[in-house]
Amino acid sequence: MFDWRWDFTIEILPRLIVATGNTLLAAGLGYAIAVVLGLVFALAQRTPSRALTFVVREAIEFIRSTPLVLQIFFVFYVGPQFGLRLSPWTAGMIAIGLHYASYLSEVYRGGLDSVPKGQWEAATSLNLSTARTYFRVVIPQALPPSLAGMGNYLVGIFKDTPMLSVIGVAELMHTATAIGSETYRFLEPYTLVGLIFLAISLPTAAGIRVFERWVRRKLGLS
Amino acid sequence: MSYFEFLGQYGDRILSGTLVTMLLTVLATLLAVAVALAAGLMRMSRNGFVSGVATVYIEIFRGTSLLVQLYWIFFVLPLFGITLEKFTAGFVAVGMNLGAYGAELVRGAILSVPKGQWEAALALNMSPARRMRRVILPQALLIMLPSWGNLLIELLKGTALVALIAVADLMFQVKQINGTTFLSAQTFGTALIIYYVIARFMITPFMRWLERFMQRMVGRA
Amino acid sequence: MTDEDLSGFPLALEGPDVPMVSFRKVSKRYGELVVLDALDLDVAEGEMVTIIGPSGSGKTTVLRMLMTLETINGGVIYVDGKPLTHMPQNGRLVRANARHLRRMRSNIGMCFQHFNLFPHMTALENCMEGPVHVLGMPKKDARARAEELLEMVGMADKRNQHPSRLSGGQQQRVAIARALAMRPKVMLFDEVTSALDPEVIGEVTNVIRQLVAKHNLTMLMVTHQMGFAKDISDRICFFFGGRIEEQGTPEDLFGNPQKERTQQFLSAVKEAA
Repeated sequence: MFDWRWDFTIEILPRLIVATGNTLLAAGLGYAIAVVLGLVFALAQRTPSRALTFVVREAIEFIRSTPLVLQIFFVFYVGPQFGLRLSPWTAGMIAIGLHYASYLSEVYRGGLDSVPKGQWEAATSLNLSTARTYFRVVIPQALPPSLAGMGNYLVGIFKDTPMLSVIGVAELMHTATAIGSETYRFLEPYTLVGLIFLAISLPTAAGIRVFERWVRRKLGLS
Repeated sequence: MSYFEFLGQYGDRILSGTLVTMLLTVLATLLAVAVALAAGLMRMSRNGFVSGVATVYIEIFRGTSLLVQLYWIFFVLPLFGITLEKFTAGFVAVGMNLGAYGAELVRGAILSVPKGQWEAALALNMSPARRMRRVILPQALLIMLPSWGNLLIELLKGTALVALIAVADLMFQVKQINGTTFLSAQTFGTALIIYYVIARFMITPFMRWLERFMQRMVGRA
Repeated sequence: MTDEDLSGFPLALEGPDVPMVSFRKVSKRYGELVVLDALDLDVAEGEMVTIIGPSGSGKTTVLRMLMTLETINGGVIYVDGKPLTHMPQNGRLVRANARHLRRMRSNIGMCFQHFNLFPHMTALENCMEGPVHVLGMPKKDARARAEELLEMVGMADKRNQHPSRLSGGQQQRVAIARALAMRPKVMLFDEVTSALDPEVIGEVTNVIRQLVAKHNLTMLMVTHQMGFAKDISDRICFFFGGRIEEQGTPEDLFGNPQKERTQQFLSAVKEAA
């Protein structure tokens, strides 16, 4: 029945806090990979090469339509089948990075498409190089509309880190399950995990909205 | 062994897992739609308590991950007297989780219905319930359909997690097969392809058909 | 369009009076729709040509093709005697590649109907961007030049403002300064007053008047401001259906239009004014 033990709660809290650090690290690294890789995917779809665009598009659709947990298993286990050993962390980062890069590339695509055609034409009329056009003119204007989506996926990556527990990464969920298996008490560990997630994701979501406004102001766009 | 031999030997287990996945998806969808409509409408209520309950539900289920919710429903709820067997726990968790996202879609769509529609219904002296049912919701439904398509794919992907509480879905079956054969590329690769086929060639066309169907009903196509 | 017969076109225009801009048999199609039909148009150095005509007559397309914003389907465009849309290769003309376009493009500058200033840069930064990053000018020199040009268009005191803080007329003047900063040989004005409130049109037309009076720039302008066009142009071209229906000095075209379509257009415009 429902009997919450506070002494047990305090006992396991330190271990959970340490695991939270691992979770944040995993989320941060995965997000960093996804942000950069997503931009590569988005720009790859804007090259004149129809073949490249097609391949990247189909790959993105495939990754977005299939479960992340399955992709994590795939990356972790397929390597050894062909002699390539990946550590759980490496496999996890690759899988999460690729998965969220696909989502982010769609966000970037929307942002890039939202830049008015006249801006591209003005850049051409000043004979700016393609690189300059992207970095100085288009991407700064594509950024503010993309921030909301980028922020959502930051929170999303954080919430998806528990999936790494299935290949043994010692993040929050994994640790809670370990505690539960050791002590046969699941109430406190899992509830605390839920509360910790809430305590991090809700303020982060609010912080992103503030950040979005700040970026808009800094770029002189509002 | 070749891929065909692999399929021949394990095909029936993969098929049974696929059927379980599809069943989970359908049940979770029904639950998610019901919950989303209820929570979305409750969120718009002027009664503070009613909208508060909905808000709490939405924020909790959107702020924590599906895996955490699944484990909580399966391992912790029994301590409160609610014991669900694993299949039920599975689709309930997925349905409640995506229902929270769906509730926001419902709310957003209702708010997108042009203000003139509300006013016209009022001018015809419709009661709030009738106005919602006959005027606003049908139009809101059409607005939210495209986003629901994405949500359904997320739902499909979410069902894969129930394998972690040993429900015999597609994910579970391939994990088992991989555990004995270590043919990871074949097992997980096949599963990836099946999920992709369901998402791209079943869910997406179905949603497009549904959109066209609804547009015809509203007289727009 | 690779099997087009370009043998009739010279690799370069030579001679004492080479036009600054030369359209030779230029055509443009959008699918079935013919926008420009074997157009021949020469603009001499320092000449100010205004193009008028009903919408859909191809006027804006002429400017956009010169600015390489659109490709052409037939013929060749020359700038300062050298081909723009094509390039010489092994003694023949072939379609220009990206490098050739970039080289030639620096001769042309353009001002747009909707200004297209970069919203996240100040007026000064907008005018410095091209010179610093394309012409390779040191920042100090680019800033001095930008300030000089902003002074000329009367926007010196607003140089640190972002476009969102400027009125339409002010933005267009900054846009003119920005284009001039690149030292183009040819300036294009694409309906630069059409998006402005009537009371600020004068600000912009005055700047263009100054340019005509003080500089020897070759200019092509598309506009609906007939009075203004009459004042400053050396030549008016009336476009209809993708061809030059009639052209001449302002006095001749406005005062004594020969073709019926020209007369119809001019009287319709007078009624609307």
